[in-house]
This record gives sequence, structure tokens and C-alpha cells, in this order.
Amino acid sequence: MEIKVGMADLNVCSGTDSITTLGLGSCVGVVLWDPQTKICGMVHVMLPDSTSIRNNTNVAKFADSGIEELLKRVLAKGAKRQNLVSKIAGGAKMFSVNNKSEMLSIGDRNVEASIKKLKELKIPLKAQDTGDTYGRTVTFYPETGQYHIKRVGKENKII
Amino acid sequence: MSGMTVGDMSAQYMDVLKELGNIGAGNATTALAELLQCKVDMNVPQVKLINFSEIGELIGGEDQVMAGVYLAIQKDITGSILFLVKEEVALHLVKKLMGDYAQDIYGEMEQSALKEISNIITGAYLNALSTMTGLRIEPSVPDLTIDMAGAILSVPAIEFGIMGDEMLLIQSQIYDEIAIDGFFIMVPDVDSYVKILNSLGITV
Repeated sequence: MEIKVGMADLNVCSGTDSITTLGLGSCVGVVLWDPQTKICGMVHVMLPDSTSIRNNTNVAKFADSGIEELLKRVLAKGAKRQNLVSKIAGGAKMFSVNNKSEMLSIGDRNVEASIKKLKELKIPLKAQDTGDTYGRTVTFYPETGQYHIKRVGKENKII
Repeated sequence: MSGMTVGDMSAQYMDVLKELGNIGAGNATTALAELLQCKVDMNVPQVKLINFSEIGELIGGEDQVMAGVYLAIQKDITGSILFLVKEEVALHLVKKLMGDYAQDIYGEMEQSALKEISNIITGAYLNALSTMTGLRIEPSVPDLTIDMAGAILSVPAIEFGIMGDEMLLIQSQIYDEIAIDGFFIMVPDVDSYVKILNSLGITV
């Protein structure tokens, strides 16, 4: 079964199932994975920081609160804290025009904030495919730990 | 103001967008008919407030390939606008303009044709907004991207994401031989929402 994660959303999966998010742009798909129990989770992060925004009830929308919530969810599913590793993808710059420089660099900022949170939680970052100017459809397979990345008009990638 | 959500502003602002949708799509229809030298009709555009989770459904999948043209707007109001059509619709428009030797939308000539068409369509909407509000609006140079719908829409979604989990868009359908389904998304900066509403006599 393939479990779908929408924009500003998160979910967990295990075994031979897979978890996917379609068309990541400047957002980041952060995966937490326990290679022993084959349990994983994915969060589709849109913005770097929940503390700078008042309407922050959807925790999955932000790198900081989203990764924290994802950690809770994978642990609740049975993943072991000490086994956890992470892979991330996304954070593209889709357009090169914007009045606001903070919006122009939002992809990079989402990536930085995700990496910062993972460091803070002491979860090793095993692989990343981030930045650049193209969208990504990403699928993670907890059985193998492979993170598949599809792009328009370019070869698929596995990290 | 920073606590304002899309939901809060939506009731009044949606009325503004409905009007903008009608006039803008009307202008676009006329301009396209002139450019493409053919008869062009349109359906009544729909203004939608959609949750991020419904985006995929609305456009036929987040990984559907689409052409998106993005512009920053300046002067009296600031913000950004995005015009989005499916790949096959973009190709149809390019072929209409360049003739059948256009095979895809990835060539340099094809992309500049697409930018030109998008300029005309977005210009039609911006003129409508400017006329309605009496505000001066100046578009930046357009930037074109052909990519997955979700990836393109992440740009306005992130800007709306600061205020909530919903996005406002105008869905318009224009016809020549085929239906040209287009999505128009305008993201004024928060101060500019107020300016637009105020200019129409609505106090916020």
C-alpha cells in the first residue's frame, strides 16, 4: 500500500508499504526511519518556523513543530529512538522573481530549518537531495530505506 | 493584521475576486481572440477557497505537469500572481500562435510564445483589478516554469500558508476549439489586501 502525505501533512508507515508526497516544490519532505523495525514517517514541511507565525495550529506545516510531531508519531508506532535516521528532499526555488527576498529563499530556509531541527534532536541526516529549481515527487520505502525522487524531464534518483 | 487569516478576509475579498474574475477573464478572452485570430468564448469563472489538502484533486493530481507563469506586482499594491495551465493546454495555445511545427513547450521559441500569451492573460486580470480599484499595479518580468502542479503551487501556497491552510484562486475556462482551463492565483501582501478592499469602499 502507498500512503499519501499532502501539503502541510504528515503520516507514518512500515514494512512493505511506502509513503509518498507528490510534487514537492519549495516545501521539504523529511523522512524519519528506523532500519531495524522498518518503521518510518514523512512530513511535508512548508515553512521553517512555527514560532514566528501566529496561525500555527497545523504543526505539520512547519519544520520545527512538524519534525517534533513526526518523531512522536514514529515512536508511537514502535520505532526505536536510538535507531532513527533521516533523509530529506525538496526545498527548490521554483521561480526567480519575488518582491520579498525571504520568499525567494524559502526553499533554502525550509531545508536549513529541517537540518537544524534534526541536529537538535540528534537524528543523523543520512542523505539529502535539496535545492535546485525543479519539483520532486518523493517516495520512501521503509523495507529498504530507499528514498526515490522523480523529476519532470530528468532521470529519477534514489538517495 | 498578522493574525488575519484567509478565512477572515475571504467573505469580502472573495466578492472582489469574483468581480475581478469576471472582468479579467472577459478582458483575457478579447485579448486572446485578437492574438490568436479566432473566436474565443468563456465560462463564468469560479472563485474558490481551497484547503491545501484539496489542491491535487482540483488540478487533477499534484504531479500533473503544468506551465506556470509567475509575476511580482509593485506600485500601489504589492504581491505576486501566478497563472497556471495544463501542459496540453499550453501546447495548444503555443501551436495556435506559432503553427503546428511547435512540437512541445520546451523550446526557447515555444517558451517565449507561452510567456507572451501568459502576459496577455495576466495583464487582462491586472488591468481589471487596476480599473476596479483605481490603484496602480505594475507587473515584473514574468518567470515561466514547466513542472509538477504541486511544486508550482507550493509557491503561492507557502505565502498563503503564513495566514492559514487555505488558498484563494480563480478558475476560469476559456474556449476556442478546446477548453482552456486556467488557474489564476493572486497573493497580495497583507497590507495590499486592505488597500484593495479600502479602495472599493470596504473598511477592514
